[in-house]
Amino acid sequence: MKILIIEDDLETAAYLSKAFREAGITVDQASDGDSGFFLASENSYDALVVDRMLPKRDGLSIISELRARGDDTPVLILSALGQVDDRVTGLRAGGDDYLTKPYAFSELLARIEILGRRKGSRSEQETTYRVGDLELDRLSHEVRRAGQQIPLQPREYRLLEYLMKNAGQVVTRTMLLEHVWDYHFDPQTNVIDVHISRLRSKIEKDFGEPLLRTVRGAGYMMKAGG
Amino acid sequence: MLSTTAVRLSALYLGLFALCAVALVFYITSISVGMQHDRTQEIILSELRVVATSYRRGGITGLVRTIERRSRQPGANLYAIATPSGELIAGNTASIAPGVLDLEGWTSTPFRYTRLGDAEDEEHLALAQVVGLPNGMRLMVGRDIGEREQVRGLVRQALVRALAIMFVGALAIWFFVGRRALRRIDHMSEASKKIMAGDLSQRLPVSGSGDEFDRLSLSLNAMLGRIERLNEGLRQVSDNIAHDLKTPLTRLRNRAEAALSADGGAAAKQEALEQMIADSDQLIRTFNALLMISRVEAGSSTAQMSDVDLSGLARDASELYEPVAEEAGISLVAQIAPGITIRGNRELLAQALSNLIDNAVKYAADAPASEITVSLARASGGQVRLAVIDNGPGVPANRREDVVKRFVRLDESRSKPGTGLGLSLVHAVAALHGGQLLLDDAKPGAEENPGLAAVMALPGWT
Repeated sequence: MKILIIEDDLETAAYLSKAFREAGITVDQASDGDSGFFLASENSYDALVVDRMLPKRDGLSIISELRARGDDTPVLILSALGQVDDRVTGLRAGGDDYLTKPYAFSELLARIEILGRRKGSRSEQETTYRVGDLELDRLSHEVRRAGQQIPLQPREYRLLEYLMKNAGQVVTRTMLLEHVWDYHFDPQTNVIDVHISRLRSKIEKDFGEPLLRTVRGAGYMMKAGG
Repeated sequence: MLSTTAVRLSALYLGLFALCAVALVFYITSISVGMQHDRTQEIILSELRVVATSYRRGGITGLVRTIERRSRQPGANLYAIATPSGELIAGNTASIAPGVLDLEGWTSTPFRYTRLGDAEDEEHLALAQVVGLPNGMRLMVGRDIGEREQVRGLVRQALVRALAIMFVGALAIWFFVGRRALRRIDHMSEASKKIMAGDLSQRLPVSGSGDEFDRLSLSLNAMLGRIERLNEGLRQVSDNIAHDLKTPLTRLRNRAEAALSADGGAAAKQEALEQMIADSDQLIRTFNALLMISRVEAGSSTAQMSDVDLSGLARDASELYEPVAEEAGISLVAQIAPGITIRGNRELLAQALSNLIDNAVKYAADAPASEITVSLARASGGQVRLAVIDNGPGVPANRREDVVKRFVRLDESRSKPGTGLGLSLVHAVAALHGGQLLLDDAKPGAEENPGLAAVMALPGWT
């Protein structure tokens, strides 16, 4: 995977590049809006990380112009502004995801991996998700493991659906809150963990292999085998 | 001096008064002069009729005799008979301005003449009708209009006096009204200068008369009061930030130091680092909460208001927290009236409600048989009440105003996690939606664990 980071703070950019490379991602870097836009329009990337406030040209205008040219490379906006309205304007300008500074690198990595693999990942049209012997039918909303039907509450179903859609990827707690509950803030209590453990008891209790793993310091991942 | 409003206003008033006075006087004089002119003509015509009768009866001699007789009568009437060469042979005029006798009919303008028996240079003005006699002689019958000119002079004099009085009046108005107003404006600008210099406790003077200046002062004072309160709030927040953020930062630093000198090896260092990340996250959360509260208080989220399905929102939040509550041994009951929609910001309302449930879960967990009720119902007057009720220790009545302030926590030991900002945000969100946060005992009068009923009272559909 190859991404472009447009970030004017050199220290942050250097840290991000190093961390992404360690995670096996190729990184290009631009430190202002103009060169960032140039690189993004000349090369093909799997995802862009764009700081909202940049010298010469602001992040949102870069995204709008790329979108206007028909470029649909997934974009993650990084911003020091973090309130509800800022996120809405960011997404409206054509951003695909929005992360507020300061953030944990594991959160950024998880989101970039999902954005960057979006093209090759399970599409929305796919009607059945499979992880190991776990099967989720998106038409009948039925979940089976080893052929045995597992009854789930609607919210548990959506939680599992999101995890399975991004199987093999780390999904953070914040991402779950955003996509399953449409909450864009962190509740103080760790509500997600309890929901996960409930779901886990339903899909794993009587079956052998654990599929829903906890990724320490990051989140959760659905994965079969190993 | 000329730049002051009072002087300019007085000058304007004076100018307008004078203009009106001049117009009025002009109107009156023109009417009275016109009336006198008509009267003069009438008299002249009737004299002419008398003279003409005597001419018809007695010819030129009869005419001359009549003229001589009438000339001896006192009055303003003028008579003259002139030869074709212009020599005056009868009447009471000594000389007439040249040219007057040449044209027959009414003299178009007043002309000068001297009366018989007057000094040579004593000229008067008159109007007359000139009639040509068959033998080339001329008859003039006229009337002195000195009286009319006198009236005009009197009126003119009255006008000058009136103008003088008005000027004095305008000066007085400027002095008593304008200058007073001016002085009050000066006081106001002086007070504003002091306020600008930083003394926010200063207020603009209010005279108590309830006039425009007072109303202006009152609204400016109200604005100053609000600014002062906001400023005070800001100062408190910065004090709080200094105090409440310094503590965790110091702790973070201590941990780093301890990790550096730790003897426990890699495992201990790893644990210390993880703990530091958790501490930083908590700090970030505090920062975000602070920012959010100040933004909500500034009302900047009003742009994102939409129709919010409050019933759905309350159901979602209850469902989100239900497993956590159950794990803590608390039963969470949802009593949510369906179909309640209000105009608001979904995310802020969701966060406010989740803060309330979060608090309830934290503080009710210690109580025996603890229970949390999330309820949503319509109240009287179209109000919507979104409540979270627990049976925990509650908040003493005298601390209820405090707990909504930033960083205020009843739990002095801070044994429970939290930023001390949760209720501040709920309070701010309720205010943003035109409602309020009400705190009360869940079970009034209970000795132990009266519980807390936290109610967001919001205006419903209007």
